[in-house]
Amino acid sequence: MDDFYRDFILDHYRNPRNCGHLDAPSASAEDVNPLCGDRIRMELDVRDGLIADVRFSGQGCAISQASASMLTESIKGMRLEDAAKLSKDVVLENVGIGISPTRMKCAMLGLRVLKSAAIGEIAGWPDEE
Amino acid sequence: MIALDDTKLARVIGDFPILARPTSRGKRLVYLDSAATSQKPNAVIETLDTYYREYNANIHRGVYEIAARATDEFEGARAKVARFINAAPQEVIWTRNATEAINLVAYSWASNALHPGDVILTTELEHHSNLVPWQLVAQRTGATLRFIPVDARGELVLDDLDALLEGVKLLAITHVSNTLGTITPLERIIPRARAAGATILVDGAQGIPHLAVDVRALDADFYVFSGHKMLGPTGIGVLYGKRALLEAMPPFLAGGDMIRNVEYGRASFNDLPWKFEAGTSNIADAIALGTAVEYLQTLGMDWVRAHERDLLAYTLERLAPFESRGLAIYGPKDPSISSGVVSFNFADIHAHDLASILDTEGICIRAGHHCTMPLMDKMGWSATARASFYVYNTTADVDALVDGLEKAARVFKL
Repeated sequence: MDDFYRDFILDHYRNPRNCGHLDAPSASAEDVNPLCGDRIRMELDVRDGLIADVRFSGQGCAISQASASMLTESIKGMRLEDAAKLSKDVVLENVGIGISPTRMKCAMLGLRVLKSAAIGEIAGWPDEE
Repeated sequence: MIALDDTKLARVIGDFPILARPTSRGKRLVYLDSAATSQKPNAVIETLDTYYREYNANIHRGVYEIAARATDEFEGARAKVARFINAAPQEVIWTRNATEAINLVAYSWASNALHPGDVILTTELEHHSNLVPWQLVAQRTGATLRFIPVDARGELVLDDLDALLEGVKLLAITHVSNTLGTITPLERIIPRARAAGATILVDGAQGIPHLAVDVRALDADFYVFSGHKMLGPTGIGVLYGKRALLEAMPPFLAGGDMIRNVEYGRASFNDLPWKFEAGTSNIADAIALGTAVEYLQTLGMDWVRAHERDLLAYTLERLAPFESRGLAIYGPKDPSISSGVVSFNFADIHAHDLASILDTEGICIRAGHHCTMPLMDKMGWSATARASFYVYNTTADVDALVDGLEKAARVFKL
């Protein structure tokens, strides 16, 4: 697990991309991981069915925050309906290394919140689908 | 330096088979999470094994030999626990754990005794299990909740205690904070609560494993604890209650064993303690908790306390050099008022990441809110790492923790 914390992960943790808030988000969602208290909020600016802009905010471990940061880069310009159908693979490909079962929920929190924002209701855990 | 590595400690470590078992990475198991649950000595494991192999039978009604033995051992364990806390056996009610014991009091006593306008006084240190039941009681009865504040060091602020005690019907207070290790000054608080006319419940889940407890000297009306944090099995806990209070309380759960006589239309109830023990009890685990108590008595609670105090002092000494590197230690940094718990954060390494990195070295710590979310919010911590000690821990375990912190610093390029 300690080899998870490579330079680009630490960089996304310490310098998260698309971090903050949108003035007038057209969709948003927020959730916590009740096991550990990690919290993430996602705000989307959707235009003509495309994710024109995204911001995330929250607090938590390097896995949850770096995964969310990388996810925001992956989804900019994506069709909202495609974002709603994203699987856990998008996160696993972003981090590029195996995540231990005890930390999988940390990695998936951002994606779950994004999918919740996209479908307008609370989405399931991507790693359980 | 402290001479912890004596022959007694070596013998104690040898009593815990799990500590001799390396992790899947081939590391020595460094178990620093006893505040979550303790490890079990051979004597406890063997007691469970012997019950199931030699005399597994239901208690109280069987006339045959193994049923009589099961009953004797079950009630014998109750007597051992009663002696351990200086109570009468009738005052020792078996529950699943401390949480269930608190809920028993909440439903059977508080829901009947409290009325609109009454005050429940608790503290800002409490575990969710000594807070949420009282929130529900307040909703049911119209009582209100009030809190003894905690200061930045994690100690209770007693300056306004007399004002806080005004109108208080119930004081529900922890003996030891599971998050910070703070030992609450019960000997100063309980007499004043008693004078104010309050009924007193002490959450001893983190107290009785580490400190000698005499419920009569303490003058608690209720003292609750879990077996699994004091070398016993999971699934067995205790509600101690003063006899007169327990006599006056209605049953909590209804069913077999708790009755005296049943007709189709009505029932009368059994004597204490069985009035509160509906259904077949957790026989094996109760008997094994009796063994755990004997084990602790053999060690001596004074030795347990001294050992943990020395270990905590050693830990604070080893961690001090890290403070200039961003290590923040929470809670009272005074082993004389703290049990064997160290809560901390290290620079910008999140507690969960720290726990994962330590895990690769075989070191078990806890990370998160420790079931004290209001305390975490008040202190402004989103999560902390927590190392907690017990009878089998050594300075070598603390040294491993320190090495683990150095590794975390390398991984996070601090």
